[in-house]
Amino acid sequence: MASTETKSDEAVKDTDGLGGLEAGLDALESSVAGRSSFGTTFRQKVLPPLIAFVIVLAAWQALITFKIVDDPTKLPSPSDVWNEVRNAWLQGTLLDYIWTSVSRGLLGFLFALVIGTPLGLLVARVRFVRAAIGPILSGLQSLPSVAWVPPAVIWLGLNNSMMYAVILLGAVPSIANGLVSGVDQVPPLFLRAGRTMGATGLRGTWHIVMPAALPGYLAGLKQGWAFSWRSLMAAEIIASSPDLGVGLGQLLENGRNASSMPMVFLAIFLILFVGIAIDLLIFSPVERWVLRSRGLLVKG
Amino acid sequence: MATTLAKAADGADTTEYAARIEHVSKSFTGPAGPQLVLDDITLDVAPGEFVTLLGASGCGKSTLLNLVAGLDRPSAGTISTNGRPALMFQEHALFPWLTAGKNIELALRLRGVPKAERRGRAEELLELVRLKGAYGKRVHELSGGMRQRVAMARALAQDSQILLMDEPFAALDAITRDVLHDELTRIWRETGLSVLFVTHNVREAVRLAQRVVLLSSRPGRVAREWRVDIPQPRRIEDAPVAELSVEITEELRGEIRRHGQH
Repeated sequence: MASTETKSDEAVKDTDGLGGLEAGLDALESSVAGRSSFGTTFRQKVLPPLIAFVIVLAAWQALITFKIVDDPTKLPSPSDVWNEVRNAWLQGTLLDYIWTSVSRGLLGFLFALVIGTPLGLLVARVRFVRAAIGPILSGLQSLPSVAWVPPAVIWLGLNNSMMYAVILLGAVPSIANGLVSGVDQVPPLFLRAGRTMGATGLRGTWHIVMPAALPGYLAGLKQGWAFSWRSLMAAEIIASSPDLGVGLGQLLENGRNASSMPMVFLAIFLILFVGIAIDLLIFSPVERWVLRSRGLLVKG
Repeated sequence: MATTLAKAADGADTTEYAARIEHVSKSFTGPAGPQLVLDDITLDVAPGEFVTLLGASGCGKSTLLNLVAGLDRPSAGTISTNGRPALMFQEHALFPWLTAGKNIELALRLRGVPKAERRGRAEELLELVRLKGAYGKRVHELSGGMRQRVAMARALAQDSQILLMDEPFAALDAITRDVLHDELTRIWRETGLSVLFVTHNVREAVRLAQRVVLLSSRPGRVAREWRVDIPQPRRIEDAPVAELSVEITEELRGEIRRHGQH
């Protein structure tokens, strides 16, 4: 290669005007995409779900106020449920319920991630492995993970490992399948470009295949989390034992045993709330960041 | 590298070729049995030489380029190159998860350039394609012409002796393409690289090359060669370029017409 100095000299002595011509073309053809302001984000993203929430709450209260449903054991009033929340908060148990389940769910999800990722890569990249276990892996996705609770209890007993086993069986197939479809959708052009640059084998997997498959992989992770959470709730509802501590699933089961509709509602709301919060706080920002940095996020 | 390449441009080099294609044939198995795509191609690209491969669709010019790039194996014959060739495609093939600068750095990293030197080299290469401020730009923020220039910088980062180009400007508008022709000629003369450039555009072939090789179609054979002695810098609208283009186009039409006769 020629030295840098001669290059910059020539760039300075650009008498044919090519540099200027190029700069003009570049300026004409590039578009600058700005981010929307806080006000617009609030109006377009935050306000609509807030309004929907208020409408549902109003309808619920209306059912009670106008005595359309007049049986507190069937439908508690919003204020009853709110009192249940307050009591749990004042007794200091509210965060315990949530933490017991969330810590289990996240830890189980991390295990599923560690197992599902290499498994997905193997299925995607090794033809024999794909033929051997690919169909089973996608079939497993349609098996409700609650079906794993009875065998897990028999194998492992009523303890935390049984919960993790159920989470893994629910989430690993989703994560692996997400990665497989992500890898399948990598444009062949990227692989060819990588090969001409010397990215073959493991280096190709690390530098080209994995980053190119990231959007599909993330979608798999998101679904994997949903499956983890659902499996865990199923396990907690079915397999309650005093040693296990009260998670959200047990709270729901306890509410049913005590015929306490407000407690049942509280448990359902908390399960829903955690699912939404994890998605909103972890997965959606990561997914948006990945798509935006690749220019794949279309502003509607 | 700098010295050998500089010598190569003067024609006083020890290696006599940047790429040597000897009696290369390639056939693919299609639904109607094996189909011969390339038939006994022999072609040398000298160090520092700019050769364009010209042909109608179906002449196997992209197949030949893939063979030289090592992405596929010939059915018969041998191909030798001095090191791994760099390849540029019609699509820019830049990785959208990396910035322009990091795309170049990946090429440097894959050929073993130490981490401390990568950033500086990437900036130099961006400057060479006159995209000084584009280091941190994402691929989707760049125009089509800018993307191909970054792709060119990334190909140059491989520090290959020969740059293979597969219709790299075909998807660009005429004005941008014209500018990139000038740019490619300038970079080729500055670096002393060998270039093997595939195109179906006769004027482009004549505008750029020292030698134009015409391939016939189905199967691809070397039909004829022209040496282009028009001094650089040329313009695509120059009279000598136009004159030679007319001659080559006549020959190309003749080749295509032969296929309609049986």
